[in-house]
Amino acid sequence: MLPRPPLQQDDTVPGVEYTGVRAGAAAYLDSATAAPLHPVARQALLAALDDGWADPDRLYSVGRRSGQLLDAARAAVAEALGARPDEVTFTASGTSAAHAAVLGGLAGRKRAGGTLVHSAIEHSAVLHAARLHGDAAEVGVDLRGRLDLDGWRSAVGRPGVALASLISASHEVGTTQPVAAAAEACAAAGVPLYVDAAQSVGHIPVPAGWSLLSASAHKWGGPPGVGVLVVRKGVRWLSPWPGDDPHRPRPVGALDLPAVVAAAASLRAVQAEAQTEAVRLSALIDRIRHVVAATVPDVEVVGDPVERLPHLVTFSCLYVDGEALLHALDRAGFAVSSGSSCTASTLRPCHVLEAMGVLSHGNVRVSLHRGTTAEDVDRFLAVLPGLVEQIRKEAGM
Amino acid sequence: MIVLDCLGRRCPLPVIALAKRLPTVAIGEVIRVLADDPAAANDIRAWCRMKDQEFVQEEGTAFDVRRIS
Repeated sequence: MLPRPPLQQDDTVPGVEYTGVRAGAAAYLDSATAAPLHPVARQALLAALDDGWADPDRLYSVGRRSGQLLDAARAAVAEALGARPDEVTFTASGTSAAHAAVLGGLAGRKRAGGTLVHSAIEHSAVLHAARLHGDAAEVGVDLRGRLDLDGWRSAVGRPGVALASLISASHEVGTTQPVAAAAEACAAAGVPLYVDAAQSVGHIPVPAGWSLLSASAHKWGGPPGVGVLVVRKGVRWLSPWPGDDPHRPRPVGALDLPAVVAAAASLRAVQAEAQTEAVRLSALIDRIRHVVAATVPDVEVVGDPVERLPHLVTFSCLYVDGEALLHALDRAGFAVSSGSSCTASTLRPCHVLEAMGVLSHGNVRVSLHRGTTAEDVDRFLAVLPGLVEQIRKEAGM
Repeated sequence: MIVLDCLGRRCPLPVIALAKRLPTVAIGEVIRVLADDPAAANDIRAWCRMKDQEFVQEEGTAFDVRRIS
């Protein structure tokens, strides 16, 4: 057994010793970062650890067995995403799939132009790739976090645009994006559209009209370390990484095949229960939106109340240090995330909240999953107002 | 003009300082907040919107807010 770590002094609330002892049963409310492993994923992972450890590219029988598992996983994911199996590539993470989509999509269209058009609320993986590329045009969002479609149409219609990138739904505030309309504008301009669907796959139907799409297994209940990149047939794509065939997406290095199998199996299971879960979780999110606004003074519940992901809500509390609130909630047994600058490694406020122009301090993102109960939500709603009040009192408000 | 020096203070402290001080000035008066936290530009504006006050201008690390209610 590992030795117990020494008790740590936590300085968020002066004089309070952080013992790690929970005030109530713990509730994990951060599925937008990583959803707990789906039971089907666990089952498939254990089976594939025995059966799918060999290199699927090798021609001996254990290799061929792995190859069969990979083909089956690819077929299952393709069906779930509305794609052809040969359009699907597994990568080592959602981030690497996003990087490959952006950089490969741009490289493949070099002759058409060099500009990447993207929304201001893309995931940082997309923004990092945009920054590396250099030539990028950003399109803003409104106060609810919805894409400015007029700005988008004029941006993708300009000469020299190689690729457009739009997140399917905001990973920070949950607002779903007008992908169909954005795709129409791209089609009219002859510009391929990349959709980062990491936050929506497994929760809502996959939108139509995209040329490239990426997703991430640990957002839907699969294991971490599995990303999905889909490049439609006929879309020009050129690998940004060194390799044998630059025109065909390939994972960089050996795949974690057992994890890929688990990801595919769980996606099928998650999609089978998605509609029922969306109704259940969406009602819980509605409850959080209404009760937080009613019981916490000076709070801004952000994102679109209707056109949103079923499982995610974000709010900001005036005069509250986001890090202090996150730790206070953790002590009370709730794991949530925050877009406040004090909680970020960069010490910058979340770019999505900034793009919307909503308050960034005192920010909390709550994201639910199939294991979340109404009781978890009720307990969260019961403790939140007191914690906010306490932190404000300490700040002299 | 009243100047609140919040340089070096992290958010939400500049917003807290502004919220405490603004009610003490007459309606129509302007307070300047000096703040270099990267969240200040966004959060002072958001505070003005939420609290129905006027965000006048931003100049480097100076943010001017007029009390209008």
